[in-house]
Amino acid sequence: MSGLTEAAKQKIRDLLACYPSKQAVTLPALHIAQEEARCVTREAVREIADILELSPAQIHDTLSFYGFFKDEKHPLGENRIWVCRSLACMLRGGDELLAEVCERLHVSPGQTTKDGKATIELAECLGACDGAPCILVNDKLQLRMTADAVVSLAEGRA
Amino acid sequence: MTFEPVLLRRWGKPNSQSIETYMADGGYTALKKALAMEPPKVIEAVQKSGLRGRGGAGFSTGLKWTFLPKDVQGPIYLCINGDESEPGTFNNRVLLEEDPHQVLEGIVISGYATKSTTAYLYLRYEYGDCYRTCEKAIQEMYAKNLLGKNILGSGYSLDIYLHRGACAYICGEETGLIESLEGKRAWPRIKPPFPAIEGAFRRPTVVNNIETMACVTQILDRGPEWFQSLGIPSENPKDPGSYGPKLYCISGHVNKPGLVELPLGITARELIDKHAGGVWKGRKAKAVVPGGISMGFLSADELDTKLDFAGPGKAGCLGLGTAAVIVIDDQTSMVDVLYNTCRFFAHESCGQCTPCREGTAWSAKILARIRAGQGTLKDLDTLTDISNSIGIMPGTTICGLADGAAWPIKNALKKFRPEFEEYITSGRRSQSLEVAGAH
Repeated sequence: MSGLTEAAKQKIRDLLACYPSKQAVTLPALHIAQEEARCVTREAVREIADILELSPAQIHDTLSFYGFFKDEKHPLGENRIWVCRSLACMLRGGDELLAEVCERLHVSPGQTTKDGKATIELAECLGACDGAPCILVNDKLQLRMTADAVVSLAEGRA
Repeated sequence: MTFEPVLLRRWGKPNSQSIETYMADGGYTALKKALAMEPPKVIEAVQKSGLRGRGGAGFSTGLKWTFLPKDVQGPIYLCINGDESEPGTFNNRVLLEEDPHQVLEGIVISGYATKSTTAYLYLRYEYGDCYRTCEKAIQEMYAKNLLGKNILGSGYSLDIYLHRGACAYICGEETGLIESLEGKRAWPRIKPPFPAIEGAFRRPTVVNNIETMACVTQILDRGPEWFQSLGIPSENPKDPGSYGPKLYCISGHVNKPGLVELPLGITARELIDKHAGGVWKGRKAKAVVPGGISMGFLSADELDTKLDFAGPGKAGCLGLGTAAVIVIDDQTSMVDVLYNTCRFFAHESCGQCTPCREGTAWSAKILARIRAGQGTLKDLDTLTDISNSIGIMPGTTICGLADGAAWPIKNALKKFRPEFEEYITSGRRSQSLEVAGAH
């Protein structure tokens, strides 16, 4: 798998001015890498380490702490859909929503549909309990969800 | 008398996010007032108001600021905690999506008061819309010299940088947030030293919550006396009181889930009946989470508990927390509810302290076993043992995540024990679904 594009590297370098330490750019850099490639490749980890003057192991240490980042063996689909299962959503059908979505899309949480269009994730509280059950599509919250609506989003029809 | 919302005044109005709307409504006059005062006078005003942090711990904001060393040479950092992840909580999301300038004005005022040189707004990744509204709002501020060098000719300079998290609850713990900001795994630090002495980048640092920043703006605008006129006064010399307006999040089994701004101290019953349309489907409440799940549960006969800083504690809960109220109806199994909270903490424990990592994981496994119809009464004693031995209070963990994991267990087993016993002895199994999967 390839590494970062020159544009991504430049974005990362531009962030160095915002922090008193280079290491602080680790999380923003990982976001940039994953947005571009739908995962963080080993080569990208090495390149980030080079820019931040750290060892690749330090970058990997941070990366692996957050279940958010995917390695190159598990790239994300075109869209990433998180279904909330924490208490407020559970009380209003979050578990049933997740179960139905997974069944209809033939995936388990954490997996990507065969057509590569969507990765379905289970989420802990997304912060939209007023609209339970809620989901997160990439980084946009969607409130008061039904299985039909989630499946449409996953299939790219909505 | 009905209370007119202050913090949510612009919520739902057209273009509530834009700087023009905000300024037409008197926005940034509080900052001008503050910049005309000496920084210690601003701290004094905030202390006088009695403002306590809205993030969960309820520590006096002004007092926290005074812990910074005097005559610091070099940078002081202001970290704004927008990692709001406590289940049930969404007040900061609404504030940032709907009215970012009220919060950002509070950040500049707080930065000036604490002589901070840079502010980092740590925002949970899930709040993408907040990120975009804040990004735009910050640009608008630079264009009007409300940020940057020599703000409004005052000689004070400040930059605000947005920093996105990556879906980890522990980043809401203030030293976990600092570690995460520094680019490391979000393992909370042993305190002392507190952040005021050694925080972000090993420099003096203040960490404050989003709603707290909105309150700072209003305190400077309307005066500390206005803030003191709302809420529940101090009951004894040891109680710092519960002053000011508070955003209450209401979710779960109510007819109208949502966000309500009220003076601190409304009872859980009034909040549910008057402001959330009552319990849904004509049912009754069995249990109510008073302030995010880590605070535990009120039982049906404790609903007259005042939701101020002192109230939930009197009913055996951990505290007011984030004032996020989750209503659980009488048709819901407390076994399922407790399993849900235990699983949450098992998922979110950062793994640094063994009692928390193991205790939260085993609580979830034991509850899963009970739900599978294979529990024993002894399991309830084991759960109680775990809940009494993990956390800052028993002195076994670095941060309070484990206390928050322990409290729902303690409250559920004390207040709903017969239900757990009946569940186990009848050999029942959970009716609710669970999908296995990895994350």
